[in-house]
Amino acid sequence: MRPAFFKRPYRKLVPLALAAGLLSTGCGQQYVLLHPVGPVGQQELHLMELAAIAMGIVILVVFTLYFYAIIRFRDKPGNTAPYRPDWHGSKWLEILWWVLPAVLLTVIAIPTVKTTYALDHVPKGKDPIVIDVTSLTWKWLFEYPGQHVAAVNQLVIPTGKPVLFELTADSPMNTFWIPALGGMEYTMPNRVLPLWLQANKPGTYIGLSGQYSGTGFAKMFFHVKAVSPAAFNAWVAKTRKTASPMTMAVYDQLLKHNTTGQALYSSYPKDTFPTVANGFTLTGSGMYMVMRDKNDITYMPMQNP
Amino acid sequence: MRPWFIHLIKLLFPPQVLLPDIVGIDIGLTLSALAIALYLTKARRWGWLWREWLTTVDHKRIGIMYIIAALIMLFRGGVDALMIRSQLIVPEAHFMGAQQYDEVFTTHGTVMIFFMAMPFFFGLFNVAVPLMIGARDVAFPRLNAISFWLFAFGAALFNISFSIGGSPSAGWFSYPPYSELQFNPGVGENYYLLALQVSGIGSIATGINFLVTILKLRAPGMTLMKMPLFVWSALVTSTLILFAFPPLTVALGLTMLDRLFGASFFTLAHEGMPMMYANLFWIFGHPEVYILIMPAFGIFSEVVPTFSRKPLFGYEAMVISLLAITFLSYGVWVHHFFEMGAGPGVNVFFGLSTMLIAIPTGVKMFNWLFTMWGGRIRLSVPMLWQLGFIPTFVVGGASGVMLAAVAADYQYHNSYFVIAHFHNVIVGGTVFGLLSGMYYWWPKMFGWKLNERQGRWAFAFFFTGFWLTFMPQYFLGLEGMTRRMASYPPGLGWGGLNAMSTIGAFIMGVGFAILVYNIAWSRMHPEWDTTGDPWDGRTLEWSLPSPAPAYNFARIPEVHERDAWWAMKQRGETDAVKLSPDQVEPIHVPKNTPMPICLAVSFFVGSIGMVFAWHWMAILGGLGVVAALAYGSLEDDTDRELDPTTVLNTEKRLGRVHP
Ligand code: HEM
Ligand SMILES: [Cu+2]
Repeated sequence: MRPAFFKRPYRKLVPLALAAGLLSTGCGQQYVLLHPVGPVGQQELHLMELAAIAMGIVILVVFTLYFYAIIRFRDKPGNTAPYRPDWHGSKWLEILWWVLPAVLLTVIAIPTVKTTYALDHVPKGKDPIVIDVTSLTWKWLFEYPGQHVAAVNQLVIPTGKPVLFELTADSPMNTFWIPALGGMEYTMPNRVLPLWLQANKPGTYIGLSGQYSGTGFAKMFFHVKAVSPAAFNAWVAKTRKTASPMTMAVYDQLLKHNTTGQALYSSYPKDTFPTVANGFTLTGSGMYMVMRDKNDITYMPMQNP
Repeated sequence: MRPWFIHLIKLLFPPQVLLPDIVGIDIGLTLSALAIALYLTKARRWGWLWREWLTTVDHKRIGIMYIIAALIMLFRGGVDALMIRSQLIVPEAHFMGAQQYDEVFTTHGTVMIFFMAMPFFFGLFNVAVPLMIGARDVAFPRLNAISFWLFAFGAALFNISFSIGGSPSAGWFSYPPYSELQFNPGVGENYYLLALQVSGIGSIATGINFLVTILKLRAPGMTLMKMPLFVWSALVTSTLILFAFPPLTVALGLTMLDRLFGASFFTLAHEGMPMMYANLFWIFGHPEVYILIMPAFGIFSEVVPTFSRKPLFGYEAMVISLLAITFLSYGVWVHHFFEMGAGPGVNVFFGLSTMLIAIPTGVKMFNWLFTMWGGRIRLSVPMLWQLGFIPTFVVGGASGVMLAAVAADYQYHNSYFVIAHFHNVIVGGTVFGLLSGMYYWWPKMFGWKLNERQGRWAFAFFFTGFWLTFMPQYFLGLEGMTRRMASYPPGLGWGGLNAMSTIGAFIMGVGFAILVYNIAWSRMHPEWDTTGDPWDGRTLEWSLPSPAPAYNFARIPEVHERDAWWAMKQRGETDAVKLSPDQVEPIHVPKNTPMPICLAVSFFVGSIGMVFAWHWMAILGGLGVVAALAYGSLEDDTDRELDPTTVLNTEKRLGRVHP
């Protein structure tokens, strides 16, 4: 028997120290979620921080009571702590711990509601650039309905301007995620879902899929290049001039179950993306209307509820 | 060779089951099966096995079989986990191919949830609940055996997939359209669907059984508010099962129609609706995670008072919070897919309902802490698991609330942050709880205790390994690593934390190995429990000898208060459980029956038929099911009577008769 080893809560300190160590490295640039470069990711980060602080309080309270109890009330000879073998309840204490968590949760709940509604639609008065995203098995197709160009596994966006992604899938479900810009959204077959993001700083960011979709899923990385609006326009012009067009044959090729590299196309066939954006949110809760006629696109924000 | 034969071989042994490691395991398993068969034959044990175990309807034996099966499945799921972690220890590792990796994580999740955690607590329900409420058996002993065998053959069906036909690879929740034929043409997914369907029937039956047992078979005087909390947890778990499993049955059934009969409920083609599956699955799936945690809450509510020598703090609040959690858990399922575009109104509703669940959960936490407060805490092994649970589960619950903040979940979703969250609650809650319960009731099951010293080491390794494995995963989530990646590229900074996590997993593995050693060693050097009350317990099961006789209570006790046995001890009335010779009455006990195992075998055969779309075999299995049910209904000689002399002699031998 070596009870001494267990008498002291040393072993609880090890993981704590470890966690502290990890936290101290939390400022490293690899923690993308903590260094968002756009308003969506920033608001999400604020919410994450708030919830973490509130929950940190809970953890602190519980850990304190816990360590105190196991140190003070051990069953060993000579322990002078009061022993109350019949104490089985206390009205006030119990009311306290129904109320305390409720208060802390309210503190989280209110901004949760606010942020969730705020991020659901592009800020008023800002026309976004629209990009149609189709997840394929195991690659990403990006089509620019306003610019008429298309790209595979690479995305170029202008900085300082909201980007409205319309997401669908011609594959199993995936999620479209650019952690540096903000949270993810599913790409689902037979459905179009909106997600808006914005990059405020030029740079190259990583995008990936979060929803497992088969053996090539782990390879579904793509690069997001955020460039100044002028550079973006230049990129569009250059792509239209130099890249080759995407024909239906090319699209069928993309439908094959494999991974591919990056590609650019000067144009793309019209029917590769659902022509009516009948997404749940798009028309369902009346956030946007996206009108397409011939080759052009008009974005119409609707009244916010 | 005939073409059909070649076709059959190709169907049964596709390339993915011919990997060298799998073939090696196949050989090992075959050899061990042969060795066991040989041993049984040589020792002339077949008859014993059949009479004492395979046809038994005794809840205590069924409980033991559940727990053994669960430990085997814990081993299997654990090996899968170590394989996953080995693959992820460095970027771009080639320990396995992507296909095998996908199969391994699918198997890991499915086995751990459906074939480890659920049978484990079913086993503990069986072992403890009837004894705690002063009953002689469960309400439907034969149905109980049916439940067990359906689980066992469901598990067997799932587990043979990796050697015959190929494992499923669509993840434990198996979202379509990836799980559909177009993307998943092998038979693996069929195995998943059928195995869960078969064991699911067993689970629903168990739910009904314990619901009725607890509502109808309590000893006189044991009102609902005098029941031990573990019994309460069994009651609410059973209720949850009853209402949660049907949506799963529907989701799996529709997927099966898609795959086997060309329907298109969830397919990519023909405007299928994959999101409908997500809804159905999580309408089951979220209650399911509470099905997994409730029994652990119940176990801790027994262990803490016993080892603190103090009654449970706030009994009423503990009951109310169980009921509140049960009720709320049906109304939160959308938090598993906030990102499927239901709109802010729906998302906010489900986010807030999820946060609401944290309140009753927090209340339980404080009540456990205050049960310890002012007590005298003994650090026996069951209590150590409990003490490991509190900090671990608090962190898991806290991260759950962080996930419930909808907009934040857009960033956390499908990342390692979620993985860390649910392992914190499922391992730190469910598994710690089940192991605590196992150590706690072990003497009651077998009559001997598990060695304390080894038990402590097992705990120490498992606990340390756990924290080292899963804390880094929160940070991996913050680094943007998504779940289920078969490999990850270098240069994103993910390597270090992954390596840490893998080391932790192996430390947990060592903990499990010590636990197995602990069991084997203690079996060979038993420390007999002669009193029947090794922990100075509080509830009725400790008033019985260890192990309890087949009929449990020769005389049904009368209950006047909570913690009935503790009160009897306090008043010095423990002799009241003894019998005087004139009080003995005959006892009805159910007879053994081969029907449950035959029924389950028929389900197994029929399911194999469905897996490979051999319709004749499916029909054959179906006929077997009907035949077994008919036999069961027509048989009328189902009980036997233990005459008073046998009872008296048994009780005399146990020293429980007044002189
Ligand atoms: C304090 C209470 C809890 C809260 C607020 C909570 C919240 C959540 C949320 C919001 C998610 C979804 C995250 C996502 O996928 O983006 C989640 C996932 C999950 N939770 Fe919890 N949870 C709690 C307790 C539990 C408990 C007690 C268990 C089981 C013992 C559990 C098991 C799971 C599992 C298994 C998943 C993920 C399933 C998967 O995607 O594979 N949670 N939880
Ligand atoms: Cu849930």
